[in-house]
Amino acid sequence: MSRILKDPRLLLLIAIVAAVITGLGADQMNLYYRGVIIDIGIAIILAVSLNLINGHTGQFSLGHAGFMSVGAYVSAMITLAAQKSMGADALAWMFLPALLVGGLVAALAGLLVGIPSLRLRGDYLAIVTLGFGEIIRVIFQNVEAAGGASGLSGIPRMTGLTWTFILAAIAVYVVGCLVNSTYGRGFIAVHDDEVAASSMGLNPTRYKVTAFVIGAFFAGIAGGLFAHHKTTINPQVFDFMKSFEVVVMVILGGMGRTGGVILAAIILTLAPEFLRAVAEYRMIIYALLIIFLMIARPQGLFHFGRKRKPLTH
Amino acid sequence: MNEISQQLVNGLALGSVYALIAIGYTMVYGVLRFINFAHGDVFMLGSFAGFYLAPQIAKWFPLPSWGGWVAVMAATMIICAIIGIVIELLAYRPLRNRPKLTVLITAIGVSLLIQYTCQHQAFFGASQKAFPPLLPSGNFSLGGLSFNTTQFVVLGVTLVLLAALTFIVKKTRIGMAMRAVSHNSAAASLMGISNSFIISFTFGLGSALAGAGGILYGMTYTGIEPLMGVSVGLKAFVAAVLGGIGNLPGAALGGLLLGIVETYAGGMSGVSTYRDGIAFAILILILIFKPTGLLGSKQIEKV
Repeated sequence: MSRILKDPRLLLLIAIVAAVITGLGADQMNLYYRGVIIDIGIAIILAVSLNLINGHTGQFSLGHAGFMSVGAYVSAMITLAAQKSMGADALAWMFLPALLVGGLVAALAGLLVGIPSLRLRGDYLAIVTLGFGEIIRVIFQNVEAAGGASGLSGIPRMTGLTWTFILAAIAVYVVGCLVNSTYGRGFIAVHDDEVAASSMGLNPTRYKVTAFVIGAFFAGIAGGLFAHHKTTINPQVFDFMKSFEVVVMVILGGMGRTGGVILAAIILTLAPEFLRAVAEYRMIIYALLIIFLMIARPQGLFHFGRKRKPLTH
Repeated sequence: MNEISQQLVNGLALGSVYALIAIGYTMVYGVLRFINFAHGDVFMLGSFAGFYLAPQIAKWFPLPSWGGWVAVMAATMIICAIIGIVIELLAYRPLRNRPKLTVLITAIGVSLLIQYTCQHQAFFGASQKAFPPLLPSGNFSLGGLSFNTTQFVVLGVTLVLLAALTFIVKKTRIGMAMRAVSHNSAAASLMGISNSFIISFTFGLGSALAGAGGILYGMTYTGIEPLMGVSVGLKAFVAAVLGGIGNLPGAALGGLLLGIVETYAGGMSGVSTYRDGIAFAILILILIFKPTGLLGSKQIEKV
């Protein structure tokens, strides 16, 4: 990633300008295409944020949809409340703060999951995060304010191309800079060998929890965008399969490979649109793909060339 | 009082199924140190094997009858044992000596492959099916508790299978080999034990128990569908962790406890809608406060 464009800030700037320009033309765009492109942006945020947890830090979270649902519900409840009490003009200003609050609450959830996870690794963590996702779902199903099993509907359609891609660019930028910073080398150290990392004076728990909090924050942002894109949400949307889809993106792209993961997010969002004919086989294909990749190409489909650059600069 | 004790019977019946599946998780964890995510789906396949076998077996044994039931149970357990061995052979064996995470991801892939293939029209279809009655119905009471035949059989079969398993693991040569592989696989193979054979055997044994669990589940709840292995499997895994993963009596104890807790919670107003979250709440609590489980022993990480 950093080899392609030397200065990540430049990359961020280009991405934001591109997002704004694309957003200007969005009104002329076919609604279907616009919807799919927004889906791609949301998928990129989800995949890149999960990549921080599952890829760079080497943990295994199966609960990303849980964090996403927290962001989706919190931000949707804020804008729905604002819609009632304020006019349409004021509502427009509420969108970003609502997303931000959704992200922060999701980050808090990430902290709650991250702290008990400090004792766990690998398979246990996978089950705990999966269980956490289920618990969140059961809670939303039972909370009146969240609409119970039927969920929330009539959420104002406020997610546009511009904000989706500005936020996607920020997510990529933040995760990329974090991992490539001196501090961020710690994530990779924890990934490579936890025992060695802690004997070098790093605190693996802190890195794991940080990864969870930041990953959950962006998952919450993605959830907020999702809620204001689809306008209806219910607990079933954020089930295990949703988490698994994001996991497939990260594995397909190559765990810890930002570029590959973005590519996988784009391809896996587009694939069902192009392959309507085999839609009923989609999950079977995903499952076979995963098994095949793990046996034949565990480094991911889009991982070419040399390995991660050495630690010395 | 009567209702409370009756809930206990229901809880024990549900817990028996959890226990049978939990043992499979624990055994595989013992020899391979990974969670076989597809185990819950082997349980589901057991239920469907019984569903499709029953009409065939009814040609020789009239169903419902005791003889026919034994035939269905035995055939299902053999089929599930073969499925378990084949899964290990195709999906997990090529990954021996790879990072555990790789095997775990593969296991999730296998689990989803089974679920979605079975959901397809060409196989079982996504809709719920009614499990045929295998045993003559009847009620009787024992020590003030009233059982129906199914509940009694579920408990009895579980106890018999647990006793048989304990005998295999503790008293036979192959059981000794299993314990040796679990303790130190490298040393075991130096002693002339074929690791691959023991792993296959463990998968077969665990899957046979899951198949038996599938039949007992079908007899108790009558409705079966291709995704039922997900939640039952995950809860059985929680039961295995609750009892201490890698520990056979622990898995049985954890299963029974979880079944009882869930049944009581399901009967309480205000809590019942959270029923499906309880197992995971227990899991998180046990991992925070006693990660070795109720009967497990502490493992020290060696560098």
